Amino acid sequence: MTKPPAIVVEHVSKQFAGTAQSSVDDCSFEVTAGQLIVLLGPSGCGKTTLLKLINRLYEPSAGRILLNGTDVMQLPVTNVRRQIGYVIQQTGLFPHMRVEANIAVVPRLLGWEQPRIDARIDQLLELLDLPNDYRRRYPRQLSGGEQQRVGIAQALAADPEIMLMDEPFGAVDAITRARLQEELLRIHRKLHKTILFVTHDVDEALRLADKIMVMRQGQIVQFDTPLALLTQPADQFVASLVASGDMLRRLGLLQVGAVAGPFDGNRMALADAPRVSVNGDVRAALSLLLGSGADVLVVVGDDEQPVGMLTFDIIQAAIRQSGQPPVGGR
Amino acid sequence: MAELSKAYQYLLDHQAEFWQNVGTHLQLSLAALALALIVCVPLGVLAAKRQRVAQPIINVANALRVVPSLAILFLALPYLGLGFKPSLVALTVLACPPILINTYAGFRAIDRAVIETAHGMGMAKAQVLRLVEFPLALPVLLVGIRIATVEVIASASLAAFIAGDGLGNFIQVGFAVRRPDIMLVGTVPIAVLALLADALLAGLQRAATPPHRTR
Repeated sequence: MTKPPAIVVEHVSKQFAGTAQSSVDDCSFEVTAGQLIVLLGPSGCGKTTLLKLINRLYEPSAGRILLNGTDVMQLPVTNVRRQIGYVIQQTGLFPHMRVEANIAVVPRLLGWEQPRIDARIDQLLELLDLPNDYRRRYPRQLSGGEQQRVGIAQALAADPEIMLMDEPFGAVDAITRARLQEELLRIHRKLHKTILFVTHDVDEALRLADKIMVMRQGQIVQFDTPLALLTQPADQFVASLVASGDMLRRLGLLQVGAVAGPFDGNRMALADAPRVSVNGDVRAALSLLLGSGADVLVVVGDDEQPVGMLTFDIIQAAIRQSGQPPVGGR
Repeated sequence: MAELSKAYQYLLDHQAEFWQNVGTHLQLSLAALALALIVCVPLGVLAAKRQRVAQPIINVANALRVVPSLAILFLALPYLGLGFKPSLVALTVLACPPILINTYAGFRAIDRAVIETAHGMGMAKAQVLRLVEFPLALPVLLVGIRIATVEVIASASLAAFIAGDGLGNFIQVGFAVRRPDIMLVGTVPIAVLALLADALLAGLQRAATPPHRTR
C-alpha cells in the first residue's frame, strides 16, 4: 500500500462570522510528503487562514483536512498541534523564557524526560548554527535573524513531520532573510519535512518552493512548480504577480547542468575560461559571463572536472526552450 | 529632635503594646491584600478576556477609587460592628482598584501573536494561562500590588478609629492627649513598613521582568 499524501485538503471553505465573502473558498489540494510548498498571494488572499485551518487555529466552515490520512477534526486539537511545527515572525517566541525553554516547549508538553530534551536542544542549536551559550539568553537579547533561527528550532523540537511557516522571515533585513532562506533549504534537504510556507514575496517563493500555490480572494489560482508558473501562468493575475516576462527570473530557476552544452576539449580558449558549477543557476552564470568579458564558461562537476560549457547562444536557446513545458529544470 | 527622643522613650516604656500593634497592623494589611488578590486577579483576567464585561468591571473599580476609605469604614460599621472586620473590608476595597486595573492592563498588553503561537504549539487553555499569559502579565500586575500595598499599610492606621487597633492607635491617642511624640510612635513605623514593602515588591518586579538587550 502506498503512503497517503502528507496533507489532503478537500473542498475546504472558511467564512468568518459577519463577513460576506469566504476567506478560504472551496480549496482542494494534496501535498506529497517531503515537499516544500509556498502559499503565495497578496495580503487578504486567504493564505494565512488556509495555514491556520491545517493546525486548527481556525476550524473549517466546510470540507475536511487529512494529515497522513487522518481527519484533523477526529483528533484532540492539542495533539494535532503538537505534531505540527509552527513558525511565525519572531514575535512568536516567548519573551519571558530563555532560548532553551523556548525550544523545549513542545517536548515538555509531550512529557519528554529532561536529558532527552537537553540533548535535543544541543542538537538543534548546532543544526541552526547558534552558539551553545545562547541557551541561557532571552529572545530580546538576540538579533532578529537569531530569534528567527530559535523560532525554527522551536518548531523542529519534537521532530514534527509537517511544518507550517507563516511569513517567518518577514521582519528581518534582506541579507539576513537570504541567509535564513538558504538555511531553510539546507534543513529541508537534510530532514525532508513537509513544509507549508506562507509569503507575499515572489522572489522568496521562487527561491524556496518545490511547488507554489498562488491564491487570490480565497481561491487557488494555480498550484505548480516555480518554472511552470513563470512559463505557463494560468491567467493574467499569475503572470503579473510572478512577472513571467522577466527572463532573468526564469534563468534563476534553471540549473546550469540542465542547459550546458557538451564539453569541447579541443578549444584552446577554454584553458583560462571562467568556471561555473553544474549545480549553480543559469542567471548567476550569465552574470559571470557578462562580467568576465569571456564568451564561454566551463561547467565543472563536483570534482572540479570540466563536464560541459555555456555560451550566450546556449543560454538563449535555454530561454526559448523554457517557454515550452518545463523540462525538469528543478 | 526633642520630640523624637521623647517618642523613643515612650516606645521603650510601651514595648509590648507597640509590638502588638505592629502585629495587628501587618495582619490587617496582609489580610486585606490577600482578599483583594483573590477577588481582583480573576476579575481582571476575565475583564481582559471578555471585552463585554470589561467596561463595567473597570468602571466599578474606578468608582471605588474615589470613595474615601474613612467613609467605607463608617458605612461598614452598622453591618460589621467595630474592630477588625469593618477595617478589613475598608482596606480590601482600597486595595482592589490598582490590583484589578493592573491585572487587566497586564493581560491586555500581551502580544496576540505570542498567545496564538502558544495555542498553535499545542498548549491547552489552562497551560497558555499558566505558562505564558500569567508570567508575561506579572510585572504589570506587581506594579498594581505595590501601589495597593503602600496604600493599605498607610491607610490601616484608620482602623484605630473604629477600634480595629494597629499602629493608628498611637496616632489617635497622641492626638487625643496633644502629645506629638506619641503620634510619632505610630507614624514613623508606618512609613518604615510602607517603604520596606515597596522596596521588596520593587525587587520582585525586577526579578519578574525578562532582561532586554544588554549588548
